[in-house]
Amino acid sequence: MTVCIVNYEAGNLGSVRRALHALGTDAVVVDQPSQLDSAARIILPGVGNFRDAMERLQAGGWPGAITAAVRERGRPLLGICVGMQVLAQAGTESSEPGSPTPGLGLIAGLVQRLDAWGCTHRIPQQGWNSLTVRTAHPLMRDIPDGTDVYFSNSFALQPDAPAVAATVEYGAPLAAAVAEGLVMGIQFHPEKSSRAGLRVLRNFLEYPC
Amino acid sequence: MLKIRIIPTLLWKGVGLVKGVGFDSWRRVGPVLPAIKVYNTRDVDELVLVDITANTSGEPPDIESVTDFADECFVPFTVGGGVRDTVQMQQLLRAGADKVCLNTGAFETPDLISEAARRFGAQCVVVSIDARRNEGGWECFTHSGTRATGRSPAEWAHEAVQRGAGEILITSIDRDGTMQGYDLALVEQVVRAVSVPVVASGGAGNYEHMRQAVQDAGASAVAAASMFHFTEQTPAGAKAALAAAGVAVRTAYTPPAG
Repeated sequence: MTVCIVNYEAGNLGSVRRALHALGTDAVVVDQPSQLDSAARIILPGVGNFRDAMERLQAGGWPGAITAAVRERGRPLLGICVGMQVLAQAGTESSEPGSPTPGLGLIAGLVQRLDAWGCTHRIPQQGWNSLTVRTAHPLMRDIPDGTDVYFSNSFALQPDAPAVAATVEYGAPLAAAVAEGLVMGIQFHPEKSSRAGLRVLRNFLEYPC
Repeated sequence: MLKIRIIPTLLWKGVGLVKGVGFDSWRRVGPVLPAIKVYNTRDVDELVLVDITANTSGEPPDIESVTDFADECFVPFTVGGGVRDTVQMQQLLRAGADKVCLNTGAFETPDLISEAARRFGAQCVVVSIDARRNEGGWECFTHSGTRATGRSPAEWAHEAVQRGAGEILITSIDRDGTMQGYDLALVEQVVRAVSVPVVASGGAGNYEHMRQAVQDAGASAVAAASMFHFTEQTPAGAKAALAAAGVAVRTAYTPPAG
């Protein structure tokens, strides 16, 4: 089984690979979209900016290859942080008012700054916050309500999007994870969330396909 | 609810950890990597690592060491010391740092903050401010506390956040290493000046000092070095004490039975 990590210059790629290694999985970092043809599972890491991430993905020719792997070959996909956000239809970060940047469109919903979702606290959300799990999807297996995981984000998917699998309270409920069949995403950093984070990564690796 | 973070600060010089008083009188406190392993095993909330050599010599940050640290660290860590441009930042982030601390580099080139925020996202840009008391209030110092800037920490913190900083690490040089408590008025002034999380640093000597920084001064996180190096107190002990005082702290993950 080859777990492929998409290399589009996302900052946390190394940490994600280390976390997978700690779980006994040696993931392959792929630089070319064609390498996804043999991927059993795909991880889309991410740190930074929605628009920047989409531009890099497009420049590398990734969107079509990722979508084909999921939709045509049934490969599970996990987006992390901005990698989760770009799964959505669109995001407003660094875009002109009224014309958000299109995302990969694998899940429904819009990504906006936290205050646009009603957050009244300090932005970015930096630190450990507790999850409220809203799904029976295997991604959240053995993650009880109240599990603390590490967040570092100024933007998030809309909290009432249909695929939202977990939320976090930060002045308002915010999206913390999505799961819709093969398409999964986590806003927090599993590679930096100690044992709870490793558990979520393991859930992805064990997702039946 | 977002938890208050307790952050051990590790200052490293070559392969060794050091700790000083008032940014001076450095004392060796042991090797770096084993300390990181211990903190990772003990499941601390976060670590701050500052390369003192890069800070004082003007050399670039030691990327190789950061890669080694990242291999042992599954909790977030911030790296600082001598960072002057976004190329170095990218190297540090790629090596495994989660956030990068800018101090002198941000003063010298304020545009570095905005450029970094645009490229890497505000959440990984920490602006670190070292301040000393003077007659009227406080003054920011750069170059490891050796060069006066004539600017007030609240004003500089505000500007740094306007430019895109995602977090402010405020250190009192006067209190550094003294274990006499944080400069609460300084922390509070910075907390009021910005809309991003503020990490209190410099002076922590006991758990009560941490409680004060959080409940009285409004800090989102508390950093400490001497207290963890030189006393029996631990991050876990700090958490228990803060929780008893009504501060929300992170609980360790335990998988459900069965």
